[in-house]
Amino acid sequence: MAPLLNVAGLQAWYGESHVLHGVDLHVNEGEMICILGRNGMGKTTTLRSIMGILRKRTGQISFAGQDMMNVPLHKTAKAGLGFVPEERGIFATLTVEENLMLPPVVAPGGMTVREIYTLFPNLEERRSSPGTKLSGGEQQMLAMARILRTGAKCLLLDEPTEGLAPVIIQRIGEVLVELKKRGMTVVLVEQNFRFASKVADRFYLMDHGEMVAEFPVGELPQRMDMLNTVLGV
Amino acid sequence: MTMIFGIPVQALMGQLLVGLINGSFYALLSLGLAVIFGLLRVINFAHGAQYMLGAFVALLLATHGGIGYWPALILAPLIVGLFGAVIERTMLSRLYSLDPLYGLLFTFGLALTIEGTFRYFFGASGSPYAAPPSLGGGVNLGFMFLPVYRGWVVVASLVVCLGIWLLIEKTKLGAYLRAATENPTLVQSFGVNVPLLLTLTYGLGAGLAGFAGVLAAPVYQVSPLMGSNLIIIVFAVVVIGGMGSILGAIVTGYLLGIAEGLTKVFYPEASNIVVFVIMAIVLILRPAGLFGKDV
Repeated sequence: MAPLLNVAGLQAWYGESHVLHGVDLHVNEGEMICILGRNGMGKTTTLRSIMGILRKRTGQISFAGQDMMNVPLHKTAKAGLGFVPEERGIFATLTVEENLMLPPVVAPGGMTVREIYTLFPNLEERRSSPGTKLSGGEQQMLAMARILRTGAKCLLLDEPTEGLAPVIIQRIGEVLVELKKRGMTVVLVEQNFRFASKVADRFYLMDHGEMVAEFPVGELPQRMDMLNTVLGV
Repeated sequence: MTMIFGIPVQALMGQLLVGLINGSFYALLSLGLAVIFGLLRVINFAHGAQYMLGAFVALLLATHGGIGYWPALILAPLIVGLFGAVIERTMLSRLYSLDPLYGLLFTFGLALTIEGTFRYFFGASGSPYAAPPSLGGGVNLGFMFLPVYRGWVVVASLVVCLGIWLLIEKTKLGAYLRAATENPTLVQSFGVNVPLLLTLTYGLGAGLAGFAGVLAAPVYQVSPLMGSNLIIIVFAVVVIGGMGSILGAIVTGYLLGIAEGLTKVFYPEASNIVVFVIMAIVLILRPAGLFGKDV
């Protein structure tokens, strides 16, 4: 079966700065992959290029059999891609509920508001508060929840655990496991590979704008030396 | 005769009313400017010209089409709004990737072009535009005589300002607008057609200016320069209220109109500069404006 998301030879630039030097990756339907790598190696840029936020790019991106290179940004979501940015992007001038309801539904099969509030009870309690009055962890939950409502098939998730307390990280891990059960496809960017190893099926290791290794989660133990070298931990 | 602070009540109330009417126009115009600036980051110098266009469209509809005030009050803002949307789509939208200064220069040039064209065809002197007979005459309030049309201007402006505020704060479209004001790229990545939203917003702002123009037509003379006289004060209003603040633009518009009116009573010599004095003081004490968020 063809992968749901296929990226080949993807190059991207921020202005004059050449950031991606030919990224190849694929994600099968229902799979959760994780891109590891140090800061500044192009992980976020990869997600932004796939989503079409970064337009200065060449190569191939196909999603669900559709060529995404010429799809304008406001039609990418319609194809079934959902993006949760690293900074979470919760709107201060919108209430929690307005934030949740903001992204238009793109396909049937998304979670209902009831299901979301069951999964994230804190959000229901604080539905009338301004979005940015939530804690960092709650904002991360909200950023994920609002994409889950839309019926997106594939979630691009940028460092969801960054700056959060261990107990919240654990909660996010549980949510990801739940999403996997529901058949959601996820591209996860993480620095915290101990967290990622509990949820991801397969790993890509990114260095200087390209993928330098790819391996399933089962090979993680024998890859530790290489990971420690490349990640510098 | 009743006096307050040595001023006859009638004079005081009269100037308060004049202030409130001016404030109505300030509020409508600065609201449009604030909405446009918030989302497009464009300082719309063509706003005065769009206000003038509203008045002229109403005048031309009457003289050439026999269309009266009430249909014109709907039609003229729609025509001016559509004109604004076309301008945004075909020209202004090409400048978003550049320094914001280009948007300002473009709209400034646009204003000069529109005003120059109308001056060429209609001359600089004004033409009268009659208020509808249903709003003629006045009522004696006991302490003063209130021309009905002027009361209508205040009511209509309040209703429209409140309506736009509700549209922005309480509706889904308003939520898109607020969110896109904060982070247009992310909103677009959610599947919202942000370029279309920008066009609609500019059209809405221009339409509001056109609406103010029709309201103003029976009060002032319809002349090609009616907007450029007003727009400088309206910019001061927006700065005092806080750039991009919707509520700030509305409230400050009325308050400054009233402040101007009161100054005319107590110290007429200062009435032309009072708005700018307030602007200077606000800029010194609260650079982000009365309702603006400190950056």
